[in-house]
Amino acid sequence: MSNSKKILIDPLHINNPITLQVLGICSALAVTTKLEIAFVMAGALTFVMTSSNVIISLLRNKIPPSIRIITQLAVIASLVIIADQVLAAFVYQASKQLSVFVGLIITNCIVMGRAEAFAMANPPGPSAIDGLGNSLGYSLILIVVAFFRELFGSGNIMGFEIMPTVNNGGWYNPNGIMVLSPGAFFIIGFIIWIQRWISPSMQEETN
Amino acid sequence: MKFLRKQLDKIAPNFEKGGKLEKWYPLYEAADSFMYTPGHSSKAGAHVRDGIDMKRLMMTVVIALIPATLMAFWNTGLQELRAIGTDTPGMIESILAGAWHFLPVYITTLAVGGLIEAIFAIVRKHEINEGFLVTSLLFPLILPPDIPLWQVGLGIAFGVLVGKEIFGGTGFNVLNPALTGRIFLFFAYPGQISGDNVWIANREGWTDGVSGTTALAQFYNGVAPEALTAPTGEVLTWWDYFIGWAPGSMGETSTLACLIGAAFLILSKVGSWRIMLSMFLGMVLTTLLFNAVAVNDYMRVGWQWHLVTGGFTFGMVFMATDPVSAASTNTGRWIYGFMIGALTVLVRVFNPAYPEGVMLAIIFMNVFAPTIDYYVVKANIKRREQRLELQ
Repeated sequence: MSNSKKILIDPLHINNPITLQVLGICSALAVTTKLEIAFVMAGALTFVMTSSNVIISLLRNKIPPSIRIITQLAVIASLVIIADQVLAAFVYQASKQLSVFVGLIITNCIVMGRAEAFAMANPPGPSAIDGLGNSLGYSLILIVVAFFRELFGSGNIMGFEIMPTVNNGGWYNPNGIMVLSPGAFFIIGFIIWIQRWISPSMQEETN
Repeated sequence: MKFLRKQLDKIAPNFEKGGKLEKWYPLYEAADSFMYTPGHSSKAGAHVRDGIDMKRLMMTVVIALIPATLMAFWNTGLQELRAIGTDTPGMIESILAGAWHFLPVYITTLAVGGLIEAIFAIVRKHEINEGFLVTSLLFPLILPPDIPLWQVGLGIAFGVLVGKEIFGGTGFNVLNPALTGRIFLFFAYPGQISGDNVWIANREGWTDGVSGTTALAQFYNGVAPEALTAPTGEVLTWWDYFIGWAPGSMGETSTLACLIGAAFLILSKVGSWRIMLSMFLGMVLTTLLFNAVAVNDYMRVGWQWHLVTGGFTFGMVFMATDPVSAASTNTGRWIYGFMIGALTVLVRVFNPAYPEGVMLAIIFMNVFAPTIDYYVVKANIKRREQRLELQ
């Protein structure tokens, strides 16, 4: 049991897909201006990654190695389309703001990476936990980044006004860099800094 | 002075190894070496060609900045007094008015940046670095006079933290810390650091600053160089811009003051003349190219105008030559400087969002400096191998 716990917990901190493996950076920059959008994106990715890991793990002995990438893509693409349609049906506004980024989950290196590196070699149970763990690690960073970007970039949290901005007659002068993609880069950089400070094992060896 | 030495010596044991204030040694060391020459000498076999150390290096830059700082006081005050209706403000009057705007910004920079420096020195157990003396003087000089003080503090905090300490402190910084701070403010709070309303100080409040369109903004609107005007409406000549009587960031308006600093830096061999010259050449050649194929008014503006307007000379003399963030091979310096000059004109003439390009060009080339050096060194190794017929 401790092994599955490790599979679940590791991607949250010391083997985080974004801050250690540096995968999925594109969407972490693009969809983190608002916390709500980040939650939707995190949910969509969790669904896609957990299901794709399970399905690919079930099929792993049937997939011929020569066409395994295209098979994985077919599975992931089908799941992405389901996620996209569900979002469009139930949370239309958020789906509109996410625009292409839900579709682009298919190119998200984390999903392919876990399918290739883990699900192809492990039974469905651990694969499900691995998919869940990695998507939670991804979601965690996404939500932290979106929290700070929305708070400092527009003074809001989940659309509720926390710090009234100057334009609305308040005192807070919104930080423009937080609305731009570099803001996400800086926050991810600071998160990596803090993580490596807490766990020095994450630091690369200096040469 | 003996009294001061005695006092410092008396408290010294507290800060040395085993003393009760051991942790705070960097603070003691900073105070001591600020007032006295450090007494320690190198212990291994040193091959000293020159007694220059970080302290003297940085003090040389501070001295080179004195003319620009004085002009910052004078011109900031002058612009403000003219804008509120004084016809010919006196020198003393102007300097006092300028100090009223410059000093709060400078003090905030010192306090916030110095605090971060001290925290890092204590945590990392090294001495407080003299490099901050230069950063803290450069930073206020490249800010508009009306900048709110909280933004000054935030900017220098970001500059020191992200521009320098993250990479390991002075000597390891990829970017120029003062410029990093400014670029952060530029993108985070564009309303208070760009546009027409921030270049002339206004004590009443920063939201309703006096309109003082800069030369670069006027160029963009198709104004010919001969017709540039001051906020009060009179025509400003090339000499006005050369000496510095125009609105702008506090320390960068005076080309003359920057060139005096340049002469001092080159004579003392602290600043690289290669970078300054190649940046100048890059700017001149790019402008001449634009002049030759001009399709709009801005492309026809001559290089002598690009030299005196905006922060070109200040960037050339004090920012691009930063020994840590610039290229450090001689061939690399030529490429690095030339590219800054060329990019500056490119941004100025073609990008409507950023009237001034020096800051962006320097930061951009800072990032490329290690790559340039890498290939210069590689090319050199290859050349030598070929000479020795090893290949």
